[in-house]
Amino acid sequence: MTEVLSEQVGRGSHSGALLEVDDLHVEFRTRAGVAKAVNGVTYSVDAGETLAVLGESGSGKSVTAQTIMGILDMPPGKITGGEIRFRGVDLLKLPEDQRRRVRGEGISMVFQDALSALNPVFPVGWQIAEMFRMHRGTSRAEAKKKAVELMDRVRIPAAKDRVNDFPHQFSGGMRQRIMIAMAIALDPEILIADEPTTALDVTVQAQIMGLLAELQRDSNMGLILITHDLGVVADVADKIAVMYGGRIVENAPVHDLYKNPAHPYSKGLLESIPRVDHKGQELYAIKGLPPNLLEMPTGCAFHPRCPYRRDNCVTDVPPLYTISGTRGSACHYWREVIDEGEH
Amino acid sequence: MKANTESILEVRDLVKHFPLTQGIVVKRQIGAIKAVDGVSFDLHRGETLGIVGESGCGKSTLAKLLMALERPTSGSVRVHGRDITTARGAELKRMRRNIQMVMQDPYTSLNPRMTVGDIVGEPFEIHSDVVPKGGRRRRVQELLEVVGLNPDHINRYPHQFSGGQRQRIGIARGLALQPEIIICDEPVSALDVSIQAQVMNLLERLQNEFDLAYIFIAHDLSVVRHISDRVAVMYLGKIVELGSDAEIYDSPTHPYTQALLSAVPVPDPEGRETRQRIILQGDPPSPANPPSGCHFRTRCWKAQDICAEQTPALEARPGSGHPSACHFAEARDVVNAQ
Repeated sequence: MTEVLSEQVGRGSHSGALLEVDDLHVEFRTRAGVAKAVNGVTYSVDAGETLAVLGESGSGKSVTAQTIMGILDMPPGKITGGEIRFRGVDLLKLPEDQRRRVRGEGISMVFQDALSALNPVFPVGWQIAEMFRMHRGTSRAEAKKKAVELMDRVRIPAAKDRVNDFPHQFSGGMRQRIMIAMAIALDPEILIADEPTTALDVTVQAQIMGLLAELQRDSNMGLILITHDLGVVADVADKIAVMYGGRIVENAPVHDLYKNPAHPYSKGLLESIPRVDHKGQELYAIKGLPPNLLEMPTGCAFHPRCPYRRDNCVTDVPPLYTISGTRGSACHYWREVIDEGEH
Repeated sequence: MKANTESILEVRDLVKHFPLTQGIVVKRQIGAIKAVDGVSFDLHRGETLGIVGESGCGKSTLAKLLMALERPTSGSVRVHGRDITTARGAELKRMRRNIQMVMQDPYTSLNPRMTVGDIVGEPFEIHSDVVPKGGRRRRVQELLEVVGLNPDHINRYPHQFSGGQRQRIGIARGLALQPEIIICDEPVSALDVSIQAQVMNLLERLQNEFDLAYIFIAHDLSVVRHISDRVAVMYLGKIVELGSDAEIYDSPTHPYTQALLSAVPVPDPEGRETRQRIILQGDPPSPANPPSGCHFRTRCWKAQDICAEQTPALEARPGSGHPSACHFAEARDVVNAQ
């Protein structure tokens, strides 16, 4: 990180985690009404740590990430409350020119669909080199040399020969590697990976996840992995935040959540996935549909689909109850959910 | 899931090559994409055959060939002994009634300008002798009810439904002509996890109720294991291993199957540090120019000279009961290996 940035974003002078999202609220004002996409999300990630944000489409996991990066479309998006602290400094209050420095150097992001995230009319090497030219003012020749080094680092074969190729000349897995090369170009402290392997085949997915883990180990980055795949999460995460209807419904260290979930939604998800290691009977299916963000259910957003529902779930929004120092569940009856899993 | 041994579909040496041409006025063929390159299997009444493989291995082309949407370069697809690949006109139309398809993407496979009633009822317009005109609306409502949709929603449009509900509409359309075979091409891959389970349970219930045979094409190996009685693994246009779900998942013998299975993340963090992974290098080769001999040899850790010279046949190998196309086939449990 450059000098200017470290002055603004005080290095080492605060006590909290590297990145803290605190009670974030984001809504979208659309013609059909106000869609409350993120309703009070709180999570944190530290250097070298992997946080998995797990949720289905519409749960607000990507919107939270876009808000952290400062790439949310506004309007229609609007941040209506909360803080995002990076090294203790609230990013949402920073002016755009300083925000821009954090992006790429402090926090960077890998997107799901590499083909649409890369510019089709420029060579990939040029696009990677752009990071150095824009942020560091590196000369063209020097930046290109660095681009080749990065392509080597993410293991693109014959990087030197391929630096002038265009995105369409690469396979899906190779494009994702190029995205990763761009994201790690400026040695960020936090890397957000939004469904990085969803569009890839399973053997290529294993390669990419292995690469991400290795890069994280080498540079001690904090990694926020956004995904809906419970298998990928079990493989790499240290801790998990499960999102539903724009809120975190459960957060837990990875082993605790898989062994004994404390929210009916996480429990339902774990029971509803088919397994490759044994053949089950009929799958448990969470009944009903994910909530419509324009008309959120009253009380707990999960109550229309929940087998543990009581009367107060319809009226009272459950807070994120603390189960232990590192665990929380937004369910009035989390004790019951946990107890049932224990026998 | 019961399966008897009566074959209702027999596929033999099916080949589909798409020509690659050069030149605008005078087109010269300079090669061919070998999308499906000699595939043979049987499908029995009431069973589910899962077909797994990575993108570009030819699974969707295979589905199109079975539906007679594409004509094969060679080979045959026999439904009750009659070859659908050579059928024409009225005979083809009659045969198609018996094989229907559920598509992958419920957002693009339904016409946004047609109501649900029109979409599900369209097969009756084409095959007008199945249900008399007066009874069609009632039949469509029955179908909606069978797949778990509200029959009163018959006049709604696709955009008024969620992804999972749209997939149910696609399934209702597939059921309309009471086929014996349904080809499901990635039917749940576009759906959220919690909805995936609902649709898979529906497919299983319908199979038991109507004695349907499914060809279930998917890239998700966990989904395929859950629903299939038998599984075929494809790589670059060929079936490399074929067996019951237990044979394929618990004692795979082909190195590709082993690599594929070991790459699937298991949703359980216990023991993840010691789990053994076979990580393949690189991407699958282009089907326009597959390697000689065994197509997998360029990424295989067992490859020797014989693999480049002789194409291994899909046949039972010593020490295992199911066919595998590898010279060095050897059973190895990779899923449960810790």
